[in-house]
Amino acid sequence: MIENKKFRSRYNFAFIDEATKKEIRRKLLKAVAIPGYQCPYSSPEMPIARGWGTGGLHVTLAIIGRDDVFKIIDQGSDASVNACNLRDFVHAMTGCRTTFDTREATLIQTRHRITEEFLTDKQIYIFQVPQPEPLRAVERYEYRTRQMHGEADYAKMWVSLYESFVRHGDIMLGAGYPVKVNGRYIMASSPIPRWDIPNFHQAETLYLFGAGREKRLYAIPPHTTVEPLEFEDVRFHIEDFNGENCYQTGHRKAFLDELYLDDGSKKYVVNDSNFLDKLKLGKSTHPFTNPYINQIKA
Amino acid sequence: MGNVAVKGGADAIGHAKELVEFYRLREQTPPVSIQQVRTQMRLAVDKVMGEGGLYAPEYAAIALKQAEGEVFEAAFILRAFITTLQRRYYSETINTREMFIRRKISASFREIPGGQVLGPTRDYTQRLLDTTLAEETTETMQDFLSAMTGRIDPRAFADINTFDKVIDLLRREGLLQPVGNDEDLTLKDITREAIRFPAPRSARLQMMARAETGGLMALGYSSLRGFGNTHPTVGELRYGTVPLRVKDPSGRVRYIGKIEVTEAEMITSAKTSKKKSVPYYAIGYGLCFGQNDTKAINMGILDRAMRSPDGRSPATDAEFVLYHTEGIEAMGFTNHLKLPHYVTFQADLSNTRAAVRREKNGQAASSGSPAKTKEKEPA
Repeated sequence: MIENKKFRSRYNFAFIDEATKKEIRRKLLKAVAIPGYQCPYSSPEMPIARGWGTGGLHVTLAIIGRDDVFKIIDQGSDASVNACNLRDFVHAMTGCRTTFDTREATLIQTRHRITEEFLTDKQIYIFQVPQPEPLRAVERYEYRTRQMHGEADYAKMWVSLYESFVRHGDIMLGAGYPVKVNGRYIMASSPIPRWDIPNFHQAETLYLFGAGREKRLYAIPPHTTVEPLEFEDVRFHIEDFNGENCYQTGHRKAFLDELYLDDGSKKYVVNDSNFLDKLKLGKSTHPFTNPYINQIKA
Repeated sequence: MGNVAVKGGADAIGHAKELVEFYRLREQTPPVSIQQVRTQMRLAVDKVMGEGGLYAPEYAAIALKQAEGEVFEAAFILRAFITTLQRRYYSETINTREMFIRRKISASFREIPGGQVLGPTRDYTQRLLDTTLAEETTETMQDFLSAMTGRIDPRAFADINTFDKVIDLLRREGLLQPVGNDEDLTLKDITREAIRFPAPRSARLQMMARAETGGLMALGYSSLRGFGNTHPTVGELRYGTVPLRVKDPSGRVRYIGKIEVTEAEMITSAKTSKKKSVPYYAIGYGLCFGQNDTKAINMGILDRAMRSPDGRSPATDAEFVLYHTEGIEAMGFTNHLKLPHYVTFQADLSNTRAAVRREKNGQAASSGSPAKTKEKEPA
């Protein structure tokens, strides 16, 4: 039996070997240099199943340092089972401090939400991406979509949005609404709700995206123009909660979860678990503002 | 709100992990040793090494034990382990003509150089449930082994040679020709960079060597049965050990050990172009770790099929074959549906509700057709 006596700990810092981390960091630099471009990378196997956040983990583990404070959420919640598992893993492999507090974290990994609280230039925000290809719904072949991106040939995409409007009276894309980054690439926003999309635009923070199974990395650098796809007369809009508010805090300007209670009644509650906790404890919060959220009456 | 936002996640996953261990041990049977798994579950170990992409029989045996015999899970554990290891060397190309042959058959010819060697195979046994295995003891094992070793003549080993391959015979006669299409001969390492399409043959073969046996079999079978035009013959199927060599920093080639592989060379008649009217044969190639006939043969079928894409058959479509036979990725993604999706669902729900409201208010599509609100099934 082979025994590894060379190293004091069983695994390298942040699990992945240094040569591969370097490769991932180089690809991330390329992704930052070409906003919205999907950069292929090695995507080494993780002890986490494919499709369960491996891409996000690659990014986190490639860039995390010993002084980083790590936060991870799944569907907005710090306590979701998969988030707990990934948090344990990152902590075990790096010894880094972890937190639930959005303001305190320096690295935040997420599955399908942007926090309600404003992200700063001291933070890096990492998305787990199941399908990095925004054109997959209109073109099934990878070699063709790469060509379409290369030539900025997005006609099929626009036609599909138009068809959706003709059939259903609206652009029926829900989570993962496609955006145009820096006026060039159409990018999959990872399945975040439309509520979060405007927070990409001219942000303070660096957004990194890792799609492990599909082996692609991409990025939105700070202060980049990010526009949701829309027509002059059919505009993008965020989710509409029909004026409902959070039944625990009365808050209205946040993405709400729909709950069905034991008596069958329907209630709404703030989705972002840390934001909800802060509201309940009466702590000060620094939420994102954008023209879409501002329209909602407090 | 217990069942909505899965709260107390940390406790729950801790308990789930404990329960798995409890279910494995609760009946208090004697522990299965790693050596038992490695030797008596030999083919499962081979499969795990092949799909895990790491030649390490003992580690594969540990993974199998850890995964309670689930081959997918064990292969996955092994692959995750690879990530912690640095790739220091690339081996020299292995030469299967040097193989110490344990099994060698050809379906194309009655006699081949060195003869047909069946080797260890269940192919010609009746698959009757052998209930005597329930009574197997160390004594019955010893009885069998002493009877068997008594019949082995160690002097005969010296006569075992390496033999010409069946394809050498065909090639000499000019019947076997390179496939007419321009093949990209770039050498890729799919463990270091993502596969891109059109993918060179090196990347395709590497992907298939790590692919899931069942996935390859399903698509290989589809190609034989009617969704494709291949009906190959087993030119040669070999199983045995091959020496492995690496170049040290001074440039000297050094022998580092042997590995077991199964190799399949599938002969198909290649489609002739209009200019070339004479038909000829081409080879589909399969190679995998350990003994796994099914995998090597289906890899051979698909290798050949992907080199003649016809635009209709799934088995000839490289993107379709390679992405979807990757068992570890397929398992992960299909299982991720178990994760909560309530935010994603809420986002779709909001759209669907609005569309239903529009229809009720009679402002549906201008075309007058009833609005369909089921654009896609929400996750």
